[in-house]
Amino acid sequence: MKRREFLTVAAAGSAGVLLAPGGIVPAAQAVETTAPGAFALPALPFAENALEPFISARTLSFHYGKHHKTYVDNLNKFTAGTPLAKLPLEVVIKETATDAGKASVFNNSAQVWNHTFFWRSMKAGGGGQPGGNLHKQIEKAFGDFAGFKKAFVEAGLAQFGSGWVWLVSESGALKVVKTANADTPLVHGQKALLTCDVWEHAYYLDYQNRRKDFVEAFVDHLANWDFAAQQLG
Amino acid sequence: MPIKLPDLPYAYNALEPFMDEQTVRLHHDKHHAAYVNNLNAALDKHPEWHNKGLEELMANLKAVPEDIRTAVRNNAGGTWNHNLYWDLLAANAGGQPGGELLADIQKSFGDFAAFQQKFNAAAVAQFASGWGWLFIDDKGKLAIGSTPGHDNPLMSGAANISGKPLLVVDVWEHAYYLKFQNRRADFVGGFWSLINWKKVEGLYAAARG
Repeated sequence: MKRREFLTVAAAGSAGVLLAPGGIVPAAQAVETTAPGAFALPALPFAENALEPFISARTLSFHYGKHHKTYVDNLNKFTAGTPLAKLPLEVVIKETATDAGKASVFNNSAQVWNHTFFWRSMKAGGGGQPGGNLHKQIEKAFGDFAGFKKAFVEAGLAQFGSGWVWLVSESGALKVVKTANADTPLVHGQKALLTCDVWEHAYYLDYQNRRKDFVEAFVDHLANWDFAAQQLG
Repeated sequence: MPIKLPDLPYAYNALEPFMDEQTVRLHHDKHHAAYVNNLNAALDKHPEWHNKGLEELMANLKAVPEDIRTAVRNNAGGTWNHNLYWDLLAANAGGQPGGELLADIQKSFGDFAAFQQKFNAAAVAQFASGWGWLFIDDKGKLAIGSTPGHDNPLMSGAANISGKPLLVVDVWEHAYYLKFQNRRADFVGGFWSLINWKKVEGLYAAARG
């Protein structure tokens, strides 16, 4: 359904039409392409088949080419002609995070940011363990790297429905956190270091219901620890 | 008394081509089964709640012990919603309801096509994981809505809508991703060919006493 048709339906508003809070964004479903807007879809930092066999080229073609692109398109649509369109993405996310009336903008802007961060959190031949200060910080927070992996996989599994699992730095200490739907550490005073997408679209073609196998493959074979170390600074 | 996973009321491939066999197999045997198992595991911690039915659990979430309340909400909802979902689908189904239900749909939404459009819009617009519903609201009127996660209209006071469910479509990505990927609207469009309206009519009659 196109956005315009949907709005017509919603505006018709007969008794009993109720939508969930934040539920008026045809999030990953809009098929229209839009004219270039204020927010751009960043290039994928690797070829679509670079993460095989752990993430298939087919999954990435939908995940980047459809889902991520649709969030960008929707964000441009929902901010067109508003002051938000002139702001940096991270500012848009922070400004709309607590405004229920701006849930559509928040959901789409945060999902644009989360996905861009997710792509950077992976590389071909990734995985293994970080070195240097990041390794020390992980040992301090989780005992050892195995403790981190356990916490990260468990949080990924514990996220009910759609969401994300993150390694973050907060008040000088590392933590594993999970966020629901489009929610992001950016609006919780945390610095994101690494993320894995646990929306079903991230893994369903390759792993179906086996989310645990996907998150373990992310840690073992895809995690880009150089990127995470850069974020830690 | 553990909660049980009902068998599918048809073969895994019965809903082809609108719902493919692999999707139905995973959806029932893995996802639906996991909700049943998780619910039983949660209730094992408070055996006095294990004899309650799903409806009673969902209607009284505030009374459920806090340490299992979220698990019960998610997994009783996941169990009950899927029970209803499978039960309302059938091979060689679709079309339109008859009798009083059709008349009331026309009265509430204009005509059947307008009803379909509104139902589709609600299901497509539900952000992330959730369900689209036709239900009788607390004023006794037909209504369309959507819920996040596994919430449903029986979770009075907890869910964003309240009433008696009549029809439901699953818009978690696992319901359609193998066949439709990001095209949720196409999946919801095909769903109309699978609805067993006799069952929906039965629910409507029962709900209205």
